Amino acid sequence: MTDAVANSLAVAPSQSAPTARVRSYWGGVWQRLRYDYVTLFCIALIILIVLSAVFAPWLAPFDPYKSSMANRLRPIGYKQFLLGTDEQGRDMLSRLLYGGRVSLLMGIVPVILATVIGGLFGVVAGYYGRKVNMGIMRTMDIFFAFPSVLLAVAISGSLGGGITNQMLTLTVVLIPPICRVAETATSQVRNMDFVDAARATGASTTSILFTHVLINVMSPVLVYASTLVSISIILASGLSFLGLGVSPPTADWGLMLSTLRQSIYVQPLVSAIPGVAILVTSIAFNLVSDGLRQAMDVKA
Amino acid sequence: MTQMAISPPAAASEDPRDRGGPAQPMLIVDGIRKYFPIRAGVLNRTVAEVKAVDDISFYVVKGETLGIVGESGCGKSTLARLLMHLIDRDDGHLILDGDLVGEETGVPLDGLRRALQMVFQDSYSSLNPRLPIEQSIAYGPKVQGASSKVAKAQARALMEKVGLKANLFAQRYPHELSGGQKQRVNIARALALDPRLLILDEAVSALDKSVEAQVLNLLEDLKRQLNLTYIFISHDLHVVRYISDRVLVMYLGQVVEIGPVDKIYEDPQHPYTQALLACRLSMDPEERVEAAPLAGDPPNPVNPPSGCRFHTRCPFMEDVCMSKAPSLGDVLRSSAQDHLAACHMVHPGSGHSRAPLAVRA
Amino acid sequence: MNDMTPTNLSGSMPLAAPFVRVKDLRVRFVSREATVRAVNGVTFDLARGEVLCVIGESGSGKSVMMRSLLRLHPKKRTVIEGSMQVGEHDIGAVSDRVLSKLRGSTISMIFQEPMTALDPLYTIGDQIVETVRRHEGLGREAAWARALELLELVRVPSPERRLKAYPHELSGGLRQRAMIAVALSCRPSLLLADEPTTALDASVQIQVLVLLRKLQREMEMSMIFVTHDLGVAAQIADKVAVMYAGRIIEYGTVADVLNRPQHPYTRAMLASTVKDQERGVQLEAIAGSPPDLRALPDGCSFLPRCGYAKPECAVAMPPETVDARGHMARCYRVGVEGQRLAFSAPAIQPSVCTNASQLAAARAEMLGRQA
Repeated sequence: MTDAVANSLAVAPSQSAPTARVRSYWGGVWQRLRYDYVTLFCIALIILIVLSAVFAPWLAPFDPYKSSMANRLRPIGYKQFLLGTDEQGRDMLSRLLYGGRVSLLMGIVPVILATVIGGLFGVVAGYYGRKVNMGIMRTMDIFFAFPSVLLAVAISGSLGGGITNQMLTLTVVLIPPICRVAETATSQVRNMDFVDAARATGASTTSILFTHVLINVMSPVLVYASTLVSISIILASGLSFLGLGVSPPTADWGLMLSTLRQSIYVQPLVSAIPGVAILVTSIAFNLVSDGLRQAMDVKA
Repeated sequence: MTQMAISPPAAASEDPRDRGGPAQPMLIVDGIRKYFPIRAGVLNRTVAEVKAVDDISFYVVKGETLGIVGESGCGKSTLARLLMHLIDRDDGHLILDGDLVGEETGVPLDGLRRALQMVFQDSYSSLNPRLPIEQSIAYGPKVQGASSKVAKAQARALMEKVGLKANLFAQRYPHELSGGQKQRVNIARALALDPRLLILDEAVSALDKSVEAQVLNLLEDLKRQLNLTYIFISHDLHVVRYISDRVLVMYLGQVVEIGPVDKIYEDPQHPYTQALLACRLSMDPEERVEAAPLAGDPPNPVNPPSGCRFHTRCPFMEDVCMSKAPSLGDVLRSSAQDHLAACHMVHPGSGHSRAPLAVRA
Repeated sequence: MNDMTPTNLSGSMPLAAPFVRVKDLRVRFVSREATVRAVNGVTFDLARGEVLCVIGESGSGKSVMMRSLLRLHPKKRTVIEGSMQVGEHDIGAVSDRVLSKLRGSTISMIFQEPMTALDPLYTIGDQIVETVRRHEGLGREAAWARALELLELVRVPSPERRLKAYPHELSGGLRQRAMIAVALSCRPSLLLADEPTTALDASVQIQVLVLLRKLQREMEMSMIFVTHDLGVAAQIADKVAVMYAGRIIEYGTVADVLNRPQHPYTRAMLASTVKDQERGVQLEAIAGSPPDLRALPDGCSFLPRCGYAKPECAVAMPPETVDARGHMARCYRVGVEGQRLAFSAPAIQPSVCTNASQLAAARAEMLGRQA
């Protein structure tokens, strides 16, 4: 550098500090996550649940659809039935593993779709503001006006059953909340000076959105979306329970809970198993998103 | 673009970027105006307007530092954003080095953007928290078409220029920097497009005093080296006195006084300027202020007082002040040495009892 | 009653035990990644009705020190050692219940950003009434009358209307006054002020300072006022403590510290403050930056930035040197001459060091000559 400047410059602070080490943002997130044992445990649990659903055909000891009148409603640990049997004598463990496939699909796919669509709407609404914002957000408010379960039931009822329709229903239900979170985050970022600084360089709106806005909106939206996974699973189970989702005999946690309901006085423990699966999975997802939120929180 | 970081210091008269000649002001602001509508009700109708910047004219001479002072809410920051075209003006013209900005015939906005850059107040919002600072600085050149490699090299050169070791800092994130370091990055980012006029909006206000001195020294050096012109917006009158050649005092969206720094500080004409100067804190515990020189807060700019906007807080208020707005005079025709004030007390024959009786030739 | 000794000359107040006694206060924040030593042995006394200004840069531990007096730090991560005595209460030892009673009544605090201290959902009046009723058990009407009286006290224009206003409806200066009114509502004997005027315009800042000083005198409050602005300290302080790296490195009456600064840091800070310096002349900025509180050096913490370093500075933190007037500085170059502190500059005055290489050269020369 030129002498004139070097001459005038005071040493920039903490250049000499030996403890200051360079670490990327995600590196920092990992550092904080590393010691958060609850979150790590839940992540491991989720991976386990996902793997067991993926590998259900290899893991399941029996055919989940093969009923046996002789072995109806056996208790947990009866002979070779590790988790007992249901009201048609089908192996609970196998059904649980297979049911996880549908339930996880219902939990994850609609959330991903809704995050992309709702996030896009939210960012556009938040960045452009005024009339665009009014148009998008008021439309979202219409959907918001109904309780999510009621909305899901209504859409599902008009679309009819089936896995695809159920996913579509859930996506529609999840878009408004994600859109709202994305919009709030975007309008906060939009008013920050660094966006003005970017505009002052003559950058196009697209460039600013991608370089400066999305990256800052992403973490709150992702954290929020991860809480929706459990909600989506529960909603899906609820729809199946009401007979609006997948139809019997497909193995699905919600559907299993629904059909076993009549047997609750006969085999209360077995009847509760699908419910426990839903509960554990959704709590795990919730705790992970809590942990993520803390780990991603940068004190600027 | 790329040669800027190593361009040799040039004398004011022989800057190759100069189009209008050394006597042509760097920037002329002519009657600029911005009213923000306040909307309310179901139909979102405009119920009132905030007169944030109300008919302001001034010019900035090449190579000078123009200080702009005033209380918060007086429209300083709105003015900065108007000059940067970050918000659209309702009325008025900008003439950059002899060329009208924005109109079909004049310099395109892009040209303005390169010539004018802004340093924001240090706060958590001035740097993108998710971008390493090297990328924050390189963003501008990239937008203007430099390759990623060139832009990065330029960013590193600029970091060295503002006193940050590129090897140590390039990959750091804003939250890993101290306030002073962040402000250096802010300055480097503004310099990345090789601007000629830098608008510094409260650029040192949030810093500790010792860091403030470091950054002020840096600004002075960069100015000399890169042949820059500054508009320095601050509410700290000590700092403005140190760094400015001329000072412009704003009150409720209008200019109340403008002139060379020594004339303003030693012989302030407008009662508002006098009061502001009296608000400076002395470092001597013997010189304690017993009564605040200015009472209350500035009035609401939605409904500014009639006549002279300062009359509600002015100790010399008379009837004429309520009915008639004093004029500042023709700023754009005045010389840079002229000292103008918008007060009835300095205008002969204004009707104020303290006004001079007749014009002395 | 009967020992009217002639020592009691310094004023109308009896030289009783000081109201606030802080002794060897140490505060550490412990996390997995590092231990931040924010306060490293702070000792001071504060008499009733006295104003102590704590001056320091960000990261000097001034706010942390003050917040310890209300135990406002997160319990889990904070280790506080030493003793803090306010009146008859040992802040370090009192139960949480007693402490929450003390907060807001005996000890009160005002902040830089009033929006964080005021509840946005309640009107100013409600907030004062609530505080007064909780701490003093006044009836609703009496409390409302007190609230009105308080707003008048802090000179809020048209107080009846303002009592019914929400915080966001007030301007910055009024909000600051409202916060002061809430803080004073139970007539605290100790007011802690954390840069309450830093975010304000100079014109409003001076109004608030004049007001605070007047109220403090009228109510005979003790006050600890944290600021980084020497001008503010000159306006309001009786005593000044300059903090650096979690230690008080200079202490004395406001006139002694600001007009006769002894410690090189205090001198440098005064010199670097922009005030009527000639244009075009470089400011005497302090080179370098405050030390990393995660890894403090053994010796004087100002050593890396000091132009007057001696070999012993690297060995241990200098002890306190106090003169007859109570002016204290922690520097090996400061001694007592007669009744007062005196700084013995080296034979060759170092040039003003505004950058690293100059500083390094000056220090090498200095250390070399003394070795």
